[in-house]
Amino acid sequence: MKVVVCIKQVPDTKGGVKFNPDGTLDRAAMMTIMNPDDKAGLEAALRLKDQYGAEVTVLTMGLPKAEDVLREAMAMGADKGVLVTDRVLGGADTWATSQTLAGALRNMEYDLIITGRQAIDGDTAQVGPQISEHLDIPVISYAQNLKIEGDSVIVERQFDDRYHVLKAKMPCLITALAELNEPRYMTPGGIFDACKAEITVWGRADLKDVEDSNLGLKGSPTQIAKASDKVRKGAGEKVNLDPAESVDYIVGKLKEKHVI
Amino acid sequence: MNLEEYKGVYVFAQQVDNCVNNIAFELIGKGKDLAEALGTEVTAVLVGSNVRDLADQLAEYGADKVIVVDDPELKEYRTEPYAHALASVIRKYKPEIFLVGATAIGRDLGPRVSARIHTGLTADCTQLEIGDFPLAPVPGKEQKHNQLLMTRPAFGGNTIATIACPDFRPQMATVRPGVMQKRERKPGVKANVEEFNPGFTPDHKYVEIMDVVKAVTNTVDIMDAKILVSGGRGMGGPENFKMLEDLAEVLGGQVSCSRAVVDAGWKPKDLQVGQTGKTVRPNVYFAIGISGAIQHLAGMEESDIIVAINKDETAPIFDVADYGVVGDLNKIVPALTEKLRAELAKKD
Amino acid sequence: MDFTLRKEHEMARALFKEFAEKEVKPLAQEVDETEVFPRGTVEKMAKNGFLGIPVPKEYGGQGCDPLTYVMCVEELSKVCGTTGVIVSAHTSLCCDPIMTFGTEEQKQKYLVLLAKGEKLGAFGLTEPGAGTDAQGQQTKAVLDGNEYVINGSKIFITNGKEADVYVIFAVTGMIEKRGRMMKEISAFIVEKGMPGFSFGTKEKKMGIRGSSTYELIFTDCRVPQENMLGKPGQGFKIAMHTLDGGRIGIAAQALGIAEGALDRTIAYTKERKQFGKSIAAQQNTQFQLADMATKVQAAQLLVYKAAMAKANQKEYGFEAAQAKLYAAETAMEVTTKAVQLHGGYGYTREYDVERMMRDAKITEIYEGTSEVQKMVISAALLK
Repeated sequence: MKVVVCIKQVPDTKGGVKFNPDGTLDRAAMMTIMNPDDKAGLEAALRLKDQYGAEVTVLTMGLPKAEDVLREAMAMGADKGVLVTDRVLGGADTWATSQTLAGALRNMEYDLIITGRQAIDGDTAQVGPQISEHLDIPVISYAQNLKIEGDSVIVERQFDDRYHVLKAKMPCLITALAELNEPRYMTPGGIFDACKAEITVWGRADLKDVEDSNLGLKGSPTQIAKASDKVRKGAGEKVNLDPAESVDYIVGKLKEKHVI
Repeated sequence: MNLEEYKGVYVFAQQVDNCVNNIAFELIGKGKDLAEALGTEVTAVLVGSNVRDLADQLAEYGADKVIVVDDPELKEYRTEPYAHALASVIRKYKPEIFLVGATAIGRDLGPRVSARIHTGLTADCTQLEIGDFPLAPVPGKEQKHNQLLMTRPAFGGNTIATIACPDFRPQMATVRPGVMQKRERKPGVKANVEEFNPGFTPDHKYVEIMDVVKAVTNTVDIMDAKILVSGGRGMGGPENFKMLEDLAEVLGGQVSCSRAVVDAGWKPKDLQVGQTGKTVRPNVYFAIGISGAIQHLAGMEESDIIVAINKDETAPIFDVADYGVVGDLNKIVPALTEKLRAELAKKD
Repeated sequence: MDFTLRKEHEMARALFKEFAEKEVKPLAQEVDETEVFPRGTVEKMAKNGFLGIPVPKEYGGQGCDPLTYVMCVEELSKVCGTTGVIVSAHTSLCCDPIMTFGTEEQKQKYLVLLAKGEKLGAFGLTEPGAGTDAQGQQTKAVLDGNEYVINGSKIFITNGKEADVYVIFAVTGMIEKRGRMMKEISAFIVEKGMPGFSFGTKEKKMGIRGSSTYELIFTDCRVPQENMLGKPGQGFKIAMHTLDGGRIGIAAQALGIAEGALDRTIAYTKERKQFGKSIAAQQNTQFQLADMATKVQAAQLLVYKAAMAKANQKEYGFEAAQAKLYAAETAMEVTTKAVQLHGGYGYTREYDVERMMRDAKITEIYEGTSEVQKMVISAALLK
């Protein structure tokens, strides 16, 4: 069984956010981590490796330094890493990103593709389902549980007030929620092996069946009109009183605003 | 693609168990604003099995037209037949704008549909308007008018971005529930219905539903509450939420919580406010023992009045609170409940 | 010379730091307060390979270098000195001598399980009358058939009752050396549960209170002959060599404690306001912090240098002694200043620096006191 996990190196949103003059993200200037939902997807794949001996390949698209996130995944136990990096792929929206990853996946063997539900930088939750569309395979998003039965996967998919138990024939794609599991740590020995391991690096020419017009900034249907730090509502009053006075203060304000 | 062929604002009228979700009315409401700016109409797309009867509700909230896609394959939500339904509607009717709720269903369906018809999709929008792209004229670049400008938070609420989709149609967006205003309901309005069935033949992309397990919940949706009493990690433990329930009860409100509380297992996920939880905008939001991580603020800062109680005077929640009280919640909250009880009793 | 870390060391540090923050830090105060050995943490560390970091992969270890191991003890000790010494005693004092002096059979039987963390290791050299002076050893081992019969006791044994495998030293005879009769000391691998092996009382300590420090008692304890580690009479050499490595581990523990105290003090002095400004704005605080940080940095360089010496040199006792001496004294000085800068709060159990100051003290004492390190260093200088 072969599992490909799509992972993304994302800026740690705690570290502050920077933009290029064209409104795209200046990823080079920010601290990075493995996207949490992707990490849960990787953990799910590694459990399939533990349980069924699945071969786990991690795939990412990004700047050359995105190699780090592949090494982290390999230090957790992934077998192989593939980095898709090319200047012409920069500035991609979800359409162009999913086209790129689908182009890479067409060159790979897989029974199951796992992506995170969404990345903490974009929060779009689009790339996974869009890849499945380009590859013409079923998708199950928001997986909170996953098992293999013959040539099918059985997944609990979370919705607002319910979950569905769904069965899909492989090959298929599932998107994982961070709640799916508690990802394992890297091991020290895994780190040493991962740093020695060969990473496969692909460029534009290695993508299969993808038109130039679907790649990078130029292949992105959505365009950024404006991006900025969020303007927050200013602070109101702050008081430091003893408990009884605090209560009077709150009640007074609620009366003033006709809440009571 | 001849962009001129695409006309009208369409919204996906999500229903579950033959009950229309609030988001459908919110999308119609926003769709009306956009349609008025463009001089066009709002069409609701109702997808399901035996859902024809729901169409009038959509009309009551302002839908000028309702396209009903009704088929037994559409009884319970599944990605593939629903994506086929919407993609077929788009191909046939060529809408200029297509809005979908950023619900679990909408966020699953939207990307699959946008990929199928090759257009852009902007996720989780909190603001939609019609305007020019680029916003200001840029030499050497055509400035297009009457574009859908889609504004959304990103980076866990650290930034906001406004996105356009100038060269593809429809311009698609998923829209955060609870953000757009629905219009006043006009009882008795009948829908102008058009039925459409593109045909549903199961293929390898149809997944099999083995079971549907509904979570038993008797709490009212926190997004509908006028007053929310929200607790965070500073509550110290699940047993202390009794204090908040008492306060909520006196005020006729609901209890909600921060992500830390859900992560700790003290409260279920459907009570979570924030970026990964729900966006709320009650009349009054009490943030009690909530430090106010940016992900939390993103879900509640639109509340009319924010009252914060926290012992840490540097907590970021005070940066958005209208009334911040630095102090021990264990002492203040029970006393506040008693005082309010007394005040309200006086009124009766 | 380039002081930048290799990629794998950066990643390993990030791993240890994340683990320490998430799994160890939340328990540190409780472990200290209750003096309960953190068994759950040890199991998690075992699962993640932290108990066999410098052991080759063919023996169940991680196949990393001493520097990686040192970083692990350092990061753990930043948040919990107890957890740091558990790993240090297990790795340096039990895995290392078996790896270095053990037979292939002994490695397969013991090292593999130790490195995987399925068994925990300890080391028994110190006796009531023999600390640094190994010639004062009273524990005896006498060959009887194909078993050695051990009698005597060992004290202050880290991981004492919690370990499964012990490297124990005992007198096996007398030999003449330079005209003097000297005790011939040999090393043995003893398992928990071997007949005649029991535990005495648990020590009640000032610091590292969660570590299990016990007396080991041997009463006609019968150990198979093949459990002798190294050759008869090689015990003293094994003990000294093992302690050279152990001192690097303790130096890393001391370094971690000092770093942890410094981090907390920087954060506290920025927050705490006195006379209308943060105490970090006072020049006294600034100069104290500058001194603390500089010493911590110097200690780190010495500790890492010793780790590299262990990786690349046959003998590294000199580097290990310097690292331990300096890191231990730095830990004591930095934690003392940290408490001072915290003021009254620093003297309470609510703040970590109180525990850290108590934990720091032991690093100047065990595995050779600071005075012993000075003897080792000066002996090399004057040789």
